[in-house]
Amino acid sequence: MTAVRPGQPHDCVVIAHGGGGELMGRLIREHLLPPLRNERLAALTDGAVMPWSGGDVVFTTDSYVVTPLEFPGGDIGRLAVAGTVNDLAVMGAEPVALSLGLILEEGLPLETLDRIVASLAATAREAGVEIATGDTKVVERRTGSTALPPGMFINTAGIGRLRPGVQLGLQRVAPGDVILVNGRIAEHGLAIMSVRSGIEFASKLRSDAAPLNGLIARLFESGADIKFLRDATRGGLAGVLADILETSGLTIEIDEPSVPLSATARHAAEWLGLDPLTVANEGKIVIVVAQRDAPRVLAACHAHPLGEDAAVIGHVVERHPALVELITRAGGRRIVQRPYGEELPRIC
Amino acid sequence: MNAGIELARDELQALCRRANRRIQLMEVCGTHTVALFRAGVRSLLPENLRLVSGPGCPVCVTAQRHIDAAIELATHPNVILATYGDMLRVPGRRGSLEKLRAEGAQVRVVGSTRVALDLARSQPTQTVVFLGVGFETTAPATGAAVLEAHRDGIENFCVLMCHKLVVPAMAALLDAGDVPLDGFLAPGHVSVIIGAAAYRPLVARYRKPVVIAGFEPEQMLNGLVALVRQVLDNRPAVENAYPGVVSDAGNRVALDLLQRVFVIADAPWRELGIIPHSGLELAPPFARYDALRKFDVQLGEDENHPLCRCGEVICGKLEPCDCPAFATACTPLAPIGPCMVSSEGTCAAWFKYGRVDAAHHLGEERS
Repeated sequence: MTAVRPGQPHDCVVIAHGGGGELMGRLIREHLLPPLRNERLAALTDGAVMPWSGGDVVFTTDSYVVTPLEFPGGDIGRLAVAGTVNDLAVMGAEPVALSLGLILEEGLPLETLDRIVASLAATAREAGVEIATGDTKVVERRTGSTALPPGMFINTAGIGRLRPGVQLGLQRVAPGDVILVNGRIAEHGLAIMSVRSGIEFASKLRSDAAPLNGLIARLFESGADIKFLRDATRGGLAGVLADILETSGLTIEIDEPSVPLSATARHAAEWLGLDPLTVANEGKIVIVVAQRDAPRVLAACHAHPLGEDAAVIGHVVERHPALVELITRAGGRRIVQRPYGEELPRIC
Repeated sequence: MNAGIELARDELQALCRRANRRIQLMEVCGTHTVALFRAGVRSLLPENLRLVSGPGCPVCVTAQRHIDAAIELATHPNVILATYGDMLRVPGRRGSLEKLRAEGAQVRVVGSTRVALDLARSQPTQTVVFLGVGFETTAPATGAAVLEAHRDGIENFCVLMCHKLVVPAMAALLDAGDVPLDGFLAPGHVSVIIGAAAYRPLVARYRKPVVIAGFEPEQMLNGLVALVRQVLDNRPAVENAYPGVVSDAGNRVALDLLQRVFVIADAPWRELGIIPHSGLELAPPFARYDALRKFDVQLGEDENHPLCRCGEVICGKLEPCDCPAFATACTPLAPIGPCMVSSEGTCAAWFKYGRVDAAHHLGEERS
């Protein structure tokens, strides 16, 4: 990819795009503002002035560094919106606006940037949030044999309006409570792995990356007393269950056959030597409610496209020592733990 | 629980009641170790049936000297060390490949030898050293890469040969005789390559049952049923409980490839020391693809951590929960030995899935 051809505009990001000059102005005017279509942003002021009318604000931030930038079912742009929107939504907030910090690596094809920004904008529309303010920087290309194709990092911060009366917290989890998940797990992590350099494999797996604020709104509207919500991203379902265990000090029993998992995902995980419970998701939430509210939550999930495969997967019990225990498909028992770090495919 | 699993479990219970003594079986393969835990099969076993893990985790059996050599090679300028991900975190004398990578060394995780070879093609100024680890399952892929490099004249590719053979290690364990064993649950994947027939000389010589099984709960339970039945009937034989996948003769193409590219040699195993005829080296026509020779690196001595008892764990002499460092000084966050590092390591499996089992086991020992 050459940066400059005589008489032709750049077809990839160069360091000068981050220099604050005319080139940067063009990058913003031609590649960022049109897809984001947003008046507050178009004013290009140093910050966004947001109307606010009382109530509590939820404020969050998250950074996105996924490789490859584009993968089956999504890309870094979709993740950057969905991830931050979901963080707000599981806190009980209605997401209002996001900031967008782009860190571009020199050499990134502008075509790729355009596709990612378009996807980001589409996801923001899907979630009903505004990209209210932004920043763009360019960094030098990472070199050496371990270098990947030129990439980008995204940071999004988000603000949301806390729903009145919502009380979410692990301290509310009690014996007898029921644990639900809104659909099939492990598909994001496996889809990424299927296209990651070095271990590519052909599969129909697609990332589940999606903004869940619409689904979560339905849950609150169902009238169920929701005690705890968390999105099961890195660390997978196992990570969230470990969070519940560690704070509540209560045992969690999960029924393996009830955990929604496609045959493809199950086999791909098996092939890679991974436990699907520890594989990342980007469109899955763990919901804890009192037993009596479980049917309402389940009905609300089933009525929403992102909750069609929702299921009750387990319950909270008082038993010591407190563990996350899985009752397996084979009828046996084993414990479930948070994974160490990066889950690596096995040798044979 | 499906009917097949229930049937196999009940049959295993009935057979073990009839045995009226403790039966100790070894699952040789690390994938079995993990699958038995992950599927909860261990929690379904009769009390007098004990499963010990064998030397079948490729990461765990790799001698310290090979890890040290890999680290030495990776610090060479213009070397890219290509490795399967499992090996990244194994501690050597001078740290791990994971740490070395963080310090800037060129360490690349690959899922196949093809990727390592492509890396060599695309980086002609670098030399790609592939860490050739694993049993008969991964060795054919290494052999194929060497053949392809040879055919295409790719000279900036070489292999640190750590490949090992399963059956000689089983024989070495039986020769040592310090672990009472009633039989072996033989590895499904390795057997696909070597075939059921490969175990016959072992069974003839040592009179221990060998049953090859798959990795689904029902398949593993049926494998154990077949083993216990052989133990009770005292008619040791090789039994293929993974038919349709494992044949008697094995995979001819893979075996021919192994024979063409490699020669059988004595090999160092962690703790077990040098086992005669238990490893693979490059055959003379391919010797220039040997990383040790290419970079003139000498294998040193093994110097294991004083607290590390992985060697005893991989021989089935010690259960993880009986190791003083297990889950105290040695955890997945700060592993001392490879059995806690590898995703197929016995200690990692016990730690990750089995603390209920461990507690049960300790309780049983105390009572």
